[in-house]
Amino acid sequence: MAEIRVDNLVKQFGSFTAVRDTSFTVEDGDFFCLLGPSGCGKTTTLRMVAGLELPSAGSIRLDGEDVTFKRARERDIAMVFQLFALYPHMNVRKNISFPLVSMGVPKAEIRRRVEDAAKTLRIEHFLDKPVSGLSGGDRQRVALGRAIVREPKAFMMDEPLGALDAEFRHLMCGELRALHDRLKATTVYVTHDQLEAMSMADKIAVMNDGMIEQLGPPQDIYDRPTSMFVGDFIGSPAMNFIHFDGAAIAGSTEVTIDAAVIPLPELRETRAPGPLALGVRPEQVVIGDPGRQGGVLPGEIFGAEYLGTNQIVTVTTPRGMLKVRLPAHLRAAAGDRVSLSFKPERLSLFDAATGKVIRSALHEAGAARRAHG
Amino acid sequence: MAEIALTQVSKRFGAVKAVDDVSLTITDGEFVVLLGPTGAGKTTTLRLVAGLETPDDGRVFIGGVDVTGLPPAARDVTFVFQQYSLYPHLSVFDNLAFPLRSPTRRTPEDEIKRAVGEVARLLRIEDKLGNRATQLSGGQMQRVAIGRALVRRPAIYLMDEPLSSLDAKLRSELRIELKRIQQDLGATMLYVTHDQTEAMTLASRIGVIHQGRLVQIGSPRSIYEDPADIYVATRLGSPGINLVPRALFPEIDAPAAAATIGVRTEHLAIARASNGAVTGRVNWIERLGDQNHLHIAVNQQQIVSLVDPDAGLGVGDDVSVSLRRPLFFDAHGQRVR
Repeated sequence: MAEIRVDNLVKQFGSFTAVRDTSFTVEDGDFFCLLGPSGCGKTTTLRMVAGLELPSAGSIRLDGEDVTFKRARERDIAMVFQLFALYPHMNVRKNISFPLVSMGVPKAEIRRRVEDAAKTLRIEHFLDKPVSGLSGGDRQRVALGRAIVREPKAFMMDEPLGALDAEFRHLMCGELRALHDRLKATTVYVTHDQLEAMSMADKIAVMNDGMIEQLGPPQDIYDRPTSMFVGDFIGSPAMNFIHFDGAAIAGSTEVTIDAAVIPLPELRETRAPGPLALGVRPEQVVIGDPGRQGGVLPGEIFGAEYLGTNQIVTVTTPRGMLKVRLPAHLRAAAGDRVSLSFKPERLSLFDAATGKVIRSALHEAGAARRAHG
Repeated sequence: MAEIALTQVSKRFGAVKAVDDVSLTITDGEFVVLLGPTGAGKTTTLRLVAGLETPDDGRVFIGGVDVTGLPPAARDVTFVFQQYSLYPHLSVFDNLAFPLRSPTRRTPEDEIKRAVGEVARLLRIEDKLGNRATQLSGGQMQRVAIGRALVRRPAIYLMDEPLSSLDAKLRSELRIELKRIQQDLGATMLYVTHDQTEAMTLASRIGVIHQGRLVQIGSPRSIYEDPADIYVATRLGSPGINLVPRALFPEIDAPAAAATIGVRTEHLAIARASNGAVTGRVNWIERLGDQNHLHIAVNQQQIVSLVDPDAGLGVGDDVSVSLRRPLFFDAHGQRVR
């Protein structure tokens, strides 16, 4: 297994820059997600690491060795694609053996490694069946088998679950993560699905427009987005943004919106008066009766979406629509007038002109640890 | 607007019974969602109501009139498909106006203008009315397709996975819009999906379809809290309901026939084990931001629980597990009380 180190990677296709100056390190044994909307450069980045594209600039090191200009097959990396093509005329065992046969591995060794892989994936019982009758999930397991049987230094996965339906995808996420915990293999995983990334990754790099917007553990990215893009992209529903004009003053522990004073973590930066946005996660909004003590924003319930485990309530306010996550048993009916306030501990404040966060006590390491025990 | 009634409707395709003895009444102004996986028979049911298929057995009534033998055009229904089918050479306005300009309808032009404008406003595509259909994004095209259904006021609206080709963000926006529009219009709506979130959030009542049969119908809350069998219990809830052998929790009072215990993730009370009261061990924490899914091994069985990110439990911790509001199922998967 191996550490992957990427420095100042650039990829241009003609006049289009797909990846600009991207650097990151995937530590040995980490499950690392490249996450972003389509066209953000995540797949191109993965393909460069795998050796399927040559970078326009920058370097890639695998376990300290510079592999930037090495061919894919010289890198000892296994790739798993979406809709992995299995050989339909071969049975499961032959499909999984295939990479080893073409590498000239001795027969007894192949047998051992295929059976080990099958055991790891829990597919021993259909090793000798044809692939044609398999379900989508089982096909994906066989595809994974073909990757792990090589015992490579690292795995590259490009939306391997993209073709599966939502429920099954979540199940496979659990399986993939469990597999990763057994193999402890360095894995780079590309997805546009934030839930997949959140549920599996040790670290997530959120990409936008060819650059990494933010890199960190999932909870950190959720709690402390460094840009409005990240706050919006991560979370379902996304972070709410309350736009207002005002100033940010280092040392202050509040902002004022429409004469209402809203407490938040102590600011560490100052901004001259201008457009700001308060970032509020749906579970940080408190709903109460209109006119109550402590209410900072009046609103009217637009609709409530019951989800069983909880409900998402949409509230119309003078500052736009807000999504609120509430326990499922609370009554929330369209047309109800309410008063909103916000739990201050994890509110974010953004410079709405640049979209970047204004740093506060929330961004200090100590606060991060305190917030999560 | 009108009521829809199906009485003992069946439809076979060769050896496959696509719809098997379905009886269902959708009252005027109700939003009924048929939920089921691919191949369950939900789209066929919708097509039977639309008149695109004829039942082998049973009758279909719309507004009290037996329409079983009537062609689609005579039924006053409108159908939105999963794949939008717009006229690429026409503007958004003309696409929306198309149903009103049909020779059988002949709506005055100022009335068309008013109706199209109103629908465009509801769907937030007013600024696109002059564009060609082909200049729109996928989400905008699907809104035009929905708009074309809304522009004429039929007795009933039939929708077959109209949001499934859209990305997650747009889907959630249109979901709440669609519900709002349906309520404002007082429309009778029959809607088909395999997406439980859509079913939960849109429906006045959800009909769960399994192998051509209507297994259970009721409000989202009643289906979620009071499922008739294991199949229905596993249809709703994300993460899904935990199903464990009854023997795993011998201390719980259960009906004699209970073979399986079902417990929703939010009905598990998890605490750090103290004084040797260990029932399980945390073996994976899935962090989803707003909450964590705690995966706990209890005697080789995996269960999943929701916990606050601040709960302070870690992988390898021993925990005690207690169940609130467990559901019991017999050996055949039927609910026992």
